[in-house]
Amino acid sequence: MKNLLRNREAALAIVIGLMVAGISAYAPAFLSLQNISFLLDDISILLMMALAQMMVILTRGIDLSVASNVALSGMISASLAQYYPELPVITYIALAIAVGTLLGLFNALLIARLAIPPIVVTLGTLAIFRGLIVVYDKGNQVNASEMGEVFQRFPKMPLLGVTTTFWIMVVIACCFWVFLNKTRTGRELYAVGGNPVAARYCGINIGQKEVLVYTVSGAIAGLCGYLWVARYGVAYSEIASGFELTVIAACVIGGVSIAGGVGSVPGALLGGLFLGIIVNALPVMQVTPFWQMAISGLVILAAVIINARSERRIGKLILPEARQTGSAT
Amino acid sequence: MSTQTRLTIPDSAPYRLSDTLLSWEFILVLLLAAVFVLGTVLSPYFLDIWTLSDATFNFSEKAIVALPMALLILTREIDLSVAAIIALASLAMGLCAGLGYGPWSLAVIGMLVGLLCGIFNGVLVTKIGLPSIVVTIGTMSLFRGLAQVILGDQAVTTYPAGFSNFGQGYLIKWPPIANSFGLFLLLALIFAVVLHRTATGRRLFAIGNNPTAALFSGVPVDRMKLALFSLTGLMAGLAAVLLTSRIGSTRSNIALGWELDIITMVILGGVSIAGGVGSIGGVVLAVFVLGLATLALSLINVPGIVISVLMGFLLITSIAAPILIRRVMGLRN
Repeated sequence: MKNLLRNREAALAIVIGLMVAGISAYAPAFLSLQNISFLLDDISILLMMALAQMMVILTRGIDLSVASNVALSGMISASLAQYYPELPVITYIALAIAVGTLLGLFNALLIARLAIPPIVVTLGTLAIFRGLIVVYDKGNQVNASEMGEVFQRFPKMPLLGVTTTFWIMVVIACCFWVFLNKTRTGRELYAVGGNPVAARYCGINIGQKEVLVYTVSGAIAGLCGYLWVARYGVAYSEIASGFELTVIAACVIGGVSIAGGVGSVPGALLGGLFLGIIVNALPVMQVTPFWQMAISGLVILAAVIINARSERRIGKLILPEARQTGSAT
Repeated sequence: MSTQTRLTIPDSAPYRLSDTLLSWEFILVLLLAAVFVLGTVLSPYFLDIWTLSDATFNFSEKAIVALPMALLILTREIDLSVAAIIALASLAMGLCAGLGYGPWSLAVIGMLVGLLCGIFNGVLVTKIGLPSIVVTIGTMSLFRGLAQVILGDQAVTTYPAGFSNFGQGYLIKWPPIANSFGLFLLLALIFAVVLHRTATGRRLFAIGNNPTAALFSGVPVDRMKLALFSLTGLMAGLAAVLLTSRIGSTRSNIALGWELDIITMVILGGVSIAGGVGSIGGVVLAVFVLGLATLALSLINVPGIVISVLMGFLLITSIAAPILIRRVMGLRN
């Protein structure tokens, strides 16, 4: 039990469980299949972006430009659908991902090759990407009726009671888990964030890792740009405005350390789930949505305080297996 | 005794012209000159004392917050909650205006709320030891969220007579210097003297260069950081007074997104996000570059969001250019 509580992900899962129990005791409708299905669809974009952001934060970086990237790649993808509404849906998705990847690569090169701090670069590109939408389309918006049926249907298609969006998130989450836990490059990301100097002496090419994480972050943002626009049926310059902070908040709640090197896929997913449940529970609980921001602020603060405490208690144990084998001999 | 050849160790590296030419302040002066020339060429209205004076209204409030933000970033901290503090302080003034407080009491209340918010940030960062970027992302939601909870989608628009003087009045009639701009210049002078001419200022640089070494040299690191967060809150409160008085209304989305504009001013001003490098002069120059560039572009009817694209490019290129030039010319950093 003590071990379970010390495990940050398990503790967060318990808190979420208690919260869901409390909410559904008050409003049983919250646990209806329909609502759960809606919730899973609703949080999928946040979860995917939280995973990508976690990978960036692992290397001691930050990507503030993701929400602007969502808006720009969503816009460009939607305008392709506007002029060619009958193409196979994969073209729209591929275009969104390609645009997102390019934008991510732009961040990556500035950060890795010119060694400009990530917060400075992505603060700049946050303004640039969103502004480019207006430069691109002269301030017009693409409405649901202009995008065509093919473009909008795909993310909402039901599969086993949940939408495709959710299953895309599941696949991506699995990829992230395998990559971060089972591949050499994935482990090297932890090394870079844990101690960049030691990582460099171990022969890890830090610049290359930075290019990787910011490009992947851009690619995921591009994909989410398509999903976002297709889901809500509108593309204009203000979509996902301020969403980068929600994404970072999900990471922080999920125990990802802003100092780098600490974070896990289940953690980021649970952090996003936590925020998603709060947002979706407020209307069910008949609380005005105006509480949403204040509550998520309190939750973020509570999460960092708790994480800081638990980190202090357990200290830094990098290789649990090594200690186990050491005590066995 | 024969004369001995003595090895002299210089206090600093020998002077090179390229050091001055590539120094941040010099680049900013060039940029400012370029903005002036461009503005004059682009629009006949640019070089007019009243146009320029009016333009100061648009950036002075942000610039006032940029000063303590520069000190925070200098010491490796950051405050993303400043715009939310402005919203909360403005809300407090709006509520108290409804209770019949006078203009001066309202100003004091606004600054007090700002100060309290700053102390709250500072305590979380220094006493509990949390990273400031996370704390202030949290308090940013919390402060603005509180304003949203209380105001909803309503607005406070009734303020006592005379309250509008703070943000709309002029400190000097000729040349026309608005209260907010005059206040900014005065505060910039005070900040510059404290940072560059006092022991306190040197200690701030010490904290930014190496917090651990600073602590072991007897610098009260946590206490100074707490003071800086409080000061940032206080200045955000002051900005709230000026802004609320200028526009005469309070909504929960007041000053939305200002934290990014303010941080852009500081970073363009040459303050290193890694800490330990920066000057108030640089920040003041950056404020003028950004403010006047915005004025010049809006005079030729460039839409606001396109201006923000150009500001983003300005931020990135102005930081990337010296790095590239140094690399190409093989100079020392």
